[in-house]
Amino acid sequence: MSQNETHVLPLKIYLLIFAVLLVMTGVTVQVAYVDLGFMNTVVALGIACFKASLVVLYFMHLRYSSSLPKLFWVAGLLWLAMLITFAMSDYLTRQWIEQPQGWARNRGISIEQVAKQ
Amino acid sequence: MSARPGAVAHQFDDARQQREAAELGMWTFLLTELMLFGGFFVGYTAYRHAYPEAFIEGSSHLDVLMGGINTGVLIMSSLTMALAVREAQLGRRKGIIINLILTIVFGGVFLGIKAVEYSHKIHEHLVPGPNFVLDSPISNNVQLFFSFYFAMTGTHAFHMIIGIGLMIWLIFKARSGAFNGEYYAPVEMVGLYWHFVDIVWIFLYPLLYLLGRH
Repeated sequence: MSQNETHVLPLKIYLLIFAVLLVMTGVTVQVAYVDLGFMNTVVALGIACFKASLVVLYFMHLRYSSSLPKLFWVAGLLWLAMLITFAMSDYLTRQWIEQPQGWARNRGISIEQVAKQ
Repeated sequence: MSARPGAVAHQFDDARQQREAAELGMWTFLLTELMLFGGFFVGYTAYRHAYPEAFIEGSSHLDVLMGGINTGVLIMSSLTMALAVREAQLGRRKGIIINLILTIVFGGVFLGIKAVEYSHKIHEHLVPGPNFVLDSPISNNVQLFFSFYFAMTGTHAFHMIIGIGLMIWLIFKARSGAFNGEYYAPVEMVGLYWHFVDIVWIFLYPLLYLLGRH
């Protein structure tokens, strides 16, 4: 009977989550047509994160899991955050300093002239 | 797995531990999937940052309505998948099969709409490669957007096809009475996989279809 310790969620919860997911899809489409500047992306991702959290917590039952799967999930998000942060810290900062032009420019000659030599 | 449904494999103390081991293994697999799609999303972010106008122009060629209907269809399929797992927990064989069939139907509708969208893109010459034609000064960069579009939605669709295959396998297993209220781990694990694929689409839809609509 040990299996029966698992939570069988009431049907109501599944239908409620389903309804919220549909409503939020509608909201994200509506908001996309309003000009909020860069906040459009922030709002769209925020809604997507909210929807994803509902799916993970209720449809995937993570809320009712033991602590180890929860820890794994947090670790996964951490790795994803590292992937995004480290990659973007390169791409976003490339224009911050002038690119070194090399010795050819310092000597007052162009790359084409160097190639001919 | 074992011949007797509900039997606990000898390396586990009890059914609960066995179930949690399966759950943990599935989460580990899904996190590697998260890294796979994470790579796509980072690539998307880097190039959208580099060519914002091209990504907005590319996005305007996508069909918001079809993408929106597909989002709804996929959420619907997630609901029926969750209900299939619930029926499995309650040990109702018929309920499992009905809900899995519904999930397959919704998944099929999604893939059908996706196929229509792909064929529109082919007719409009928006598939990256030698046949890409777009009257725009930044058509090369728009091509980059469509490379991401096809790679990301294609990988997502491929995952769905695998998921549908797994569900057909589950239906056969359920018919032969492999699951009961004690043992239903395969249904639950395929459920986790299917919900993950749903989550990927939850992010793909706003990022590909909705950016720059205003």
